[in-house]
Amino acid sequence: MIEFRVGADDFDAADLIARLEALGGGAVASFTGIVRGDDGLVSMRLDHYPAMTSAQISTLIDKAMERWPLLGVAVIHRVGLLSPGDRIVFVGTASRHRAAALEACGYLIDWLKTSAPFWKKEVFADGTARWVQARAEDDAARDRWG
Amino acid sequence: METLNILYFAWVREAIGKDGEQIEHPGAETRIIDLIAMLKEKGAGYAEAFANPEKLRAAIDHAFVPLDCVLGHASELALFPPVTGG
Repeated sequence: MIEFRVGADDFDAADLIARLEALGGGAVASFTGIVRGDDGLVSMRLDHYPAMTSAQISTLIDKAMERWPLLGVAVIHRVGLLSPGDRIVFVGTASRHRAAALEACGYLIDWLKTSAPFWKKEVFADGTARWVQARAEDDAARDRWG
Repeated sequence: METLNILYFAWVREAIGKDGEQIEHPGAETRIIDLIAMLKEKGAGYAEAFANPEKLRAAIDHAFVPLDCVLGHASELALFPPVTGG
């Protein structure tokens, strides 16, 4: 099972996890990213580079599947206008072994954050808006995978 | 005439005021950083977007490349800030 999708629609994380569980591998790991309402944030808009996004995610999934023995991978990334509490991103992995499932899940979200062309713009209650800046910690998290 | 499609994203797009444009291809040996210097002269929005090239990232035909990379015969160049998805 390989499933990846980029779009405005919400997703059902429980359904994705259930489908990964049904692959029979015995180990499923997942990460769900949610919009935080820090500092009076009222909304967030995600832009992306459509022609490149899908290709980058597809390449990341291929790399994860070469590196770990995975039975299934799901990557969903939302774009457009989101509010605090909304799901942004989902990564799920299934394997016969917990280490492979957990590591591949971490690898995918760390690389997704730093190599897929998405940009977040935050809007706050006082009317101000700002583009989120890339963080060195995210690059460091990615680089630990070698 | 060979052309180059340029796409702008996030605050680069906002500063310039458009999401892209088609230009006459400046030549295979032109580096992205050289093209950015040329674009910077096109107006106030461009000057703002390209004031600090070290804050920019680029992709040629959908692959990330460093700014000192030459354009070659690419048909699409994208200029944008470091990505912030996930």
